[in-house]
Amino acid sequence: MAINPITSRSKQVVKLRQSFIERIYLPAIVSGLAVTIKHFFMKKVTFSYPEVVRPRAPVYRGMQVLKRDEAGAERCTACGLCALACPAEAITMTAAERKPGEEALYREEKYAAVYEINMLRCIYCGFCEEACPKEAIFLTNRLVPTEDLRKNFIYGKDKLLEAKPGELGTGAALGTVGAVDVSLRQTPEVLAFKKKPGYAHNQLYGKAAGGTAAGGHA
Amino acid sequence: MDLLFLIEKLVLGVLIVAVSFIVAMYATYVERKVAGFIQDRLGPNRNGPFGILQPIADGGKLFFKEEMMPATANRFLFILGPGISMGTALITSAVIPWGSPITLFGHTFQLQMADLNVAILYVFAAVSLGVYGIMVGGWASNNKYSLMGALRASSQMISYELAMGMSVIAVVMLSNSLSLKDIVAAQAGWHWNVFIQPIGFLVFLITAFAECNRHPFDLAECEAELVAGYHLEYSSMKLGFYLFSEYINMFVSSAIMATLFFGGYSLPLLDGLGLGPNLLALAGVVVLFVKLSIIMFFFMWVRWTLPRFRYDQLMNLGWKALFPLAIVNMLWTAGVVAVRGFH
Repeated sequence: MAINPITSRSKQVVKLRQSFIERIYLPAIVSGLAVTIKHFFMKKVTFSYPEVVRPRAPVYRGMQVLKRDEAGAERCTACGLCALACPAEAITMTAAERKPGEEALYREEKYAAVYEINMLRCIYCGFCEEACPKEAIFLTNRLVPTEDLRKNFIYGKDKLLEAKPGELGTGAALGTVGAVDVSLRQTPEVLAFKKKPGYAHNQLYGKAAGGTAAGGHA
Repeated sequence: MDLLFLIEKLVLGVLIVAVSFIVAMYATYVERKVAGFIQDRLGPNRNGPFGILQPIADGGKLFFKEEMMPATANRFLFILGPGISMGTALITSAVIPWGSPITLFGHTFQLQMADLNVAILYVFAAVSLGVYGIMVGGWASNNKYSLMGALRASSQMISYELAMGMSVIAVVMLSNSLSLKDIVAAQAGWHWNVFIQPIGFLVFLITAFAECNRHPFDLAECEAELVAGYHLEYSSMKLGFYLFSEYINMFVSSAIMATLFFGGYSLPLLDGLGLGPNLLALAGVVVLFVKLSIIMFFFMWVRWTLPRFRYDQLMNLGWKALFPLAIVNMLWTAGVVAVRGFH
């Protein structure tokens, strides 16, 4: 052969004349009809969503929740690491300083006055949860409900923040009483891994950071 | 007496048109359901229980769509096109016998608009007129794509009409009549034409698919290849008329197929039940509707099974396969009838 074949997988196409059986189409049509009627009576794969919810993994990455500590104070300190980590740039926040007398509301001296996630931009990757040094944000296995206006998908603290202990949740957390359970996403192993000194964002603070921020409310 | 006759026919006519519309309406729903089921989905199930209000929502949507007409279109013909399509689809049902006569208050009511002695010819005349609806619509749009779509559709329909006619001649020869009522009568007992004329039935079935512009012969509007075919420029309810007339055509051709080949409103099992003549007539109507529903289901089943024919394959099949087959079948039947006489 004068020309070397580019690939060893090339095949010679054989164009055979169709046999009589093939040319009258009917046997092929009948076998095709048999296939489709079989599928007609098969079990359907559809989940009728609002009534029937497709089973999700317990560690499914769905709508975020902003956590409170055991006393009911917000854990978020508006450090902005989640916003920095967010690949979709879905998170924005405005920080504010805690006033005297607000110790029951906010855990540390600085807190997020405004905390917004654009749920249309969010890709539910979980980087915010991974980046948070205060265990303040977690993904849950809840789904973001549908809306008919884009602006309604920008979730503020009213929808993200979990309820205080013993109170009924509002906004998207409606129906859940008290803290949203994230124990499956925050196992001791995950926490230990997150506090590991070798981990990039732990190196700046060294061992001290691992000591003080070990809240852990699982 | 004349007035009574007029009222009787008017009521029957309105009834048949209403039933045609309702059947066509729900054919769209059933088609979507069948499509879903065959593709392992559920189909429309949100409007009302099991989605049975879906056709009403679809129709309402079409009514609210913006009415568009190309500036260069022929206004009169553009509006006439869908009307012809719908009209010819509806008038075909006039000669179909829906059941045996009903006797009420000493008067006999025929469940048939007109028992023409040339009913088959009438059916073919009406079916041929259907081409005009498509051709006029495509031509009046003044758009080359519409025109070409119309040409595709009409050349297909004209080619397949021949084979269809030939296949029906064999049935006519067996029944010795052109009247659909006599053809039904000739099939009493299990002498259904589908058993006596399997090849004729096959040819008729295939050509009926082509006449209705249904898969695998829907070259008139093939979704994936053309923009829309002859109704490219149509919108709103005018488009709805075209789409709707397609389903009415399907309904009517199923009814004709049931009448010609499956014994129409007669079912041998019914005679053994010992029903009165009126009840028997009503049972006959039900039987006919069951038969035509099964045929309509087959139409849909085929649509969601087969790929579309290429245009040259379509013409090859029509002229080189079905037409000679229908002629051979006709000649063979004629020979048998000549030797043995009718039945």
